[in-house]
Amino acid sequence: MEKLVNDFSFGLFFWQIIIFVLLLILLRKFAWKPILNAVNDREEGIKNALDSAEKAKLEMQNLQADNEKLLQEARAEREVMMKEAREIKAKMISDAKEDAKTEADKMVAHAQAAIESEKKSAIAELKQQVASLSLEIAEKVVKHELSDKDKQLKLVDEMLGDAKLN
Amino acid sequence: MYFCTDFKDTVICSKMQRKTLVRILSVLLFIVSFSAIAQEEHGMDVKEVAPGETGSKTKKEEIKEFINHHLLDSHSFNLFGSTNEETGETHHYGFPLPVIIWDDGLHTFMSSEFHHGEEVVESEGKYFTLHHEKIYRTDAEGTLNYDADHGDHPTNVRPLDFSITKSVIMMLVVGLLLIWLFRSLAKSYATNGSIPKGMGRFFEPIVLYIRDDIAIANIGENKYKKYMPFLLTVFFFIWFLNMFGLTPLGVNVTGNIAVTTALALIVFLITTFTGTKDYWKHIFDPLGDGMPWAGKILIYIILVPIEILGLFIKPFALLIRLYANMTAGHVVLMSLVGLIFIFKSWIGGPLSFGLSFAISLIELLVALLQAYIFTMLAALYFGFASETHAEHEAHEGEIQHL
Repeated sequence: MEKLVNDFSFGLFFWQIIIFVLLLILLRKFAWKPILNAVNDREEGIKNALDSAEKAKLEMQNLQADNEKLLQEARAEREVMMKEAREIKAKMISDAKEDAKTEADKMVAHAQAAIESEKKSAIAELKQQVASLSLEIAEKVVKHELSDKDKQLKLVDEMLGDAKLN
Repeated sequence: MYFCTDFKDTVICSKMQRKTLVRILSVLLFIVSFSAIAQEEHGMDVKEVAPGETGSKTKKEEIKEFINHHLLDSHSFNLFGSTNEETGETHHYGFPLPVIIWDDGLHTFMSSEFHHGEEVVESEGKYFTLHHEKIYRTDAEGTLNYDADHGDHPTNVRPLDFSITKSVIMMLVVGLLLIWLFRSLAKSYATNGSIPKGMGRFFEPIVLYIRDDIAIANIGENKYKKYMPFLLTVFFFIWFLNMFGLTPLGVNVTGNIAVTTALALIVFLITTFTGTKDYWKHIFDPLGDGMPWAGKILIYIILVPIEILGLFIKPFALLIRLYANMTAGHVVLMSLVGLIFIFKSWIGGPLSFGLSFAISLIELLVALLQAYIFTMLAALYFGFASETHAEHEAHEGEIQHL
């Protein structure tokens, strides 16, 4: 202990206090404050960056989920549309078929009617011709009758035979 | 000992390392103190042998004297010296430092005027002489008076010595080095996008360690900022001075009782002046409302003086710990180097060299460790001082295992 007391140099103690306090003040102002602030800022920055990254990730996930949902909806909608289209197509085809059939029936009916009327007119004309022919024949027969009875009869037979051929 | 290889383990690891560090410290303290005792015994051997020798100093005495001289502060910056074997004259290589003395007036001159204690210096009618690196007032002949009570020390008056000694120079050098180093680190944040550059890459993690594991761990998240400049300054100041002590410059600043006293005094002042109401209450009324006043008085007669004594014992332990560790380290190291010159043999020489090399490596660790311990304990005391009642409960566990 005596050695310690003897070794104690007041001058050195004095200088140590002065130098240390000065060093403390200078370092505090020029080094520690800027360093600690910079480190704090950096840590804050890193924390914020991580937070925002996390947020972005969540947002991304949300967005992806939204996309998935949208896609699902679109798919369902497409399905519905396809189904509808198919139905419409089937309906259109069946309608067309129906129309075509009625049209065809109508046409057939028309045709039949036309045929019928043609037939009637043809028959009527035939009747007229037959009548005129008969008259002609009768006239000739009468003319022939007037000359030769046998010949008349023969003529009538011939005429009739001709008429049959017609 | 083990290393943290995995980043994930670092947190657990750093806690465990702290315990390991404390353990290593205890072992080292033991080794160092043991070595110091061994040195003492060794010194006594020398004295027993010495009377048998005739006249001139023995090698062992010379080495012991050299070590004692090295441990002291010096008024000149000696780099090395050489002794002429034939004439016995010693040449010193280095440079003188200014001597500033207050003795009823200011006396200033260069230390070269002492001629390493061989001459008396006259300054404004007063005479001064240098004896074992201490300045004494003397007469024109330079007589030093001794008496039985004081042993080896002269009874002459010692004037107030404010000289710029070797230690002061080293403190200034370290101070400038610290300012340059950490100023450039601080600047590199601005220029390099918040990322340190060069040496800062090495020092930044240390700064962060002090912040996270010393300041925040002991003082708490809310109040650590106030103490950070002191803790950082004291850590790097002690560490750098310790490291300079291991260089061949041969400075022993932190192994000087005046230096450690100054540091401990500053710790004491900061602790005292930042003490909260709860801190003082803890000292003068540690039991609080837990007991009626009649019972408390009986206990407080013993308890309060102990608490008050504790206020002073804490910084005192700080100053003695640093002083003793650094001094012991230097003594052991120099003794082992000295052994080379005593053995002067092909076996003893390399053996001493190997030993001193190993101790040097341990001293490198001790240099860091002592800086760490000083900072750690200072932070702990600041933690006590700045504690408020609410934090007290949560903190108790941390304190108890130290």
